[in-house]
Amino acid sequence: MSNKITIENLSIIFGKNKSKAIKMIKDGISKDEILSKTECNVAVRNVNLTIQQGEIYVVMGLSGSGKSTLLRSINRLIDPTVGKVFVDDLEITKMNDKELLNIRRKELSMVFQHFGLLPHRSVMSNVAFGLELQGQGKVQRNKHAIETIDMVGLKGYEDQKVGELSGGMQQRVGLARGLANNPEVLLMDEAFSALDPLIRAQMQDELLLLQEKMKKTIVFITHDLEEAIKLGDRIAIMKDGEVVQIGTPEEIVTNPANDYVESFVEKVDRSRISTASSIMFSKPKMARLSKDGPSLVLKTMRESGLKVLPVVRTNRTFLGFIHIEDVVKLKNEGLNTIESAIKESVMCVAPDTLIQDMLPLLSKTNHDIPVVDESNFLLGVVSPTSLIAETTGKNKVEINSIIQKAIDL
Amino acid sequence: MILGEYIEDGINWLTKNFSGVFDGISSVVGTLVSGIEAFWLWTPFYIVIALFTALAFWKAGKSTALFTLLGLVYIYFAGFWDETMQTLALVLASAIMALAMGIPLGIWSAKNKTVHKIIRPILDFMQTMPAFVYLIPAVLFFGLGTVPGAFATIIFAMPPVVRLTTLGILQVPEDIVEATTAFGATPKQLLFKVQIPLAMPTILAGINQTIMMALSMVVIASMIGAKGLGVIVLQGISQLKIGLGFESGLAVVLLAIILDRITQSLGKKKG
Repeated sequence: MSNKITIENLSIIFGKNKSKAIKMIKDGISKDEILSKTECNVAVRNVNLTIQQGEIYVVMGLSGSGKSTLLRSINRLIDPTVGKVFVDDLEITKMNDKELLNIRRKELSMVFQHFGLLPHRSVMSNVAFGLELQGQGKVQRNKHAIETIDMVGLKGYEDQKVGELSGGMQQRVGLARGLANNPEVLLMDEAFSALDPLIRAQMQDELLLLQEKMKKTIVFITHDLEEAIKLGDRIAIMKDGEVVQIGTPEEIVTNPANDYVESFVEKVDRSRISTASSIMFSKPKMARLSKDGPSLVLKTMRESGLKVLPVVRTNRTFLGFIHIEDVVKLKNEGLNTIESAIKESVMCVAPDTLIQDMLPLLSKTNHDIPVVDESNFLLGVVSPTSLIAETTGKNKVEINSIIQKAIDL
Repeated sequence: MILGEYIEDGINWLTKNFSGVFDGISSVVGTLVSGIEAFWLWTPFYIVIALFTALAFWKAGKSTALFTLLGLVYIYFAGFWDETMQTLALVLASAIMALAMGIPLGIWSAKNKTVHKIIRPILDFMQTMPAFVYLIPAVLFFGLGTVPGAFATIIFAMPPVVRLTTLGILQVPEDIVEATTAFGATPKQLLFKVQIPLAMPTILAGINQTIMMALSMVVIASMIGAKGLGVIVLQGISQLKIGLGFESGLAVVLLAIILDRITQSLGKKKG
């Protein structure tokens, strides 16, 4: 994958005494102090990002964090004070009016929080608006428009005035307008934030479906971490104009870079983001079929206090589990292999299985859940305790004491 | 007093040095007014009545059409037909010129803050200065007659359309302007495809106001020799003929209501 958008050392400052503010940024002086000394508002501060071809890149932050301003520097609705923005190899920040007009018309489309549609026009002519601005003839642009109207599920609404549509429908028109000129980059500014929760979730799903087919580069702005996690291939978190962390949704959730990010992450339902690989124990005790006989397995079990062990081949291919009662039986019978006692009917999970999808397995099993790759290689095991720990947010000691109390009762 | 002297000197200087320009303006305005006037007077009264009634019916509906019909019939039988047509011609000619200057000025003022700052106090001045005051320089520039009447009317009637055009364009939601820009609109495309269409209801309200102001000024302008209903009203005043004054005044009111209802309905769908 190649870089589609590159942002280098970008700062955007509003106010009169910009040169002084630029210098203060270099000296690392805080936003509040710059504001009080120069009356300049630093909206975006020294941001560096690269956004790859075909990914959904989410920029998340609270209002006032500079995320929308950052987005607008990509199509230069707001001119950066310092720094550079590239789309492919073209330096947006150097373009003259004509070049800028051209790249806005052909390559960079935008979808807005409050839609920004023309209320006096029909759905069709709103969707075709970008093409109209390019100077395309009516027949040709309407042909394109109809295709995109179908794509966003608005077939049959072509002649309605947009003012008469619901919010969700209007944003579909906004999305269709953004897609009609077949841009390479879609800039989405809190595109679903004004919609009610059900419609919002529906639009998110549809955007993901569309993206499967289109493979556009999408820069998506939101203040909602759940939305960021659902949509983003990567997420950049902004605070006070600065990017504080960049990572995949899982990296952000499992490894928040600082307290600010953590305060967001706390509220997120982790079971929907964390995967088996993030909570598995990768060096479990194992019984090796060809090497470990009943006596040795029994010894391992006694030493580790485990009543069940996963059984693997020498190359660590997972075969099944073996229980302590069966090993004792084998030993009493004088056999020297454990093969006959392996219980194969166990369920395995893949490393990218979500924790919420693993929870139902707890009702079927009371021992560790094996994590295997495509070739059945045993990557590790997830213990029921750590699964519960991850979803409830309680630590293992707490959980064990709860279990103990339950047993006592 | 000193300010007054300066203004007097200034006006005199203008009159002396720019008489050619004023003559030019005078002949253009004069031709326009007399052309429109000739048209209304040449057309038989029943056709004019039918025309207005049909327009009212088409745009504003049955009741306005009926009112228009009765109002014009009254004016005809009260014996003010020619004067009403003269007044109408002067109103239309002045309003057309006021709009031709006012709408572009309003757009410019919406687009440019400096222009806005300069134009605003001038508009305040034009609107609040007692209307009679315009009559004096109008006479000095153009002499007596219809042309100075039109001149004073244009100045008095222009502010509403300038103001409301500016307001209408500034009221276009910022997110729509931003979206249009984001899709690569040139300033011209933004103006003609988005700002003017969305400002249209407000601009039409401005046009309506300008026409109404023009009508009220046209009556006053008869003091400096403009033809029309104002002449009869003035006659009523100077000769203390209450009946004549009232009858001709009523004709002005009827014409005003008819013009108001028809121009107001232009921006709306029939209903």
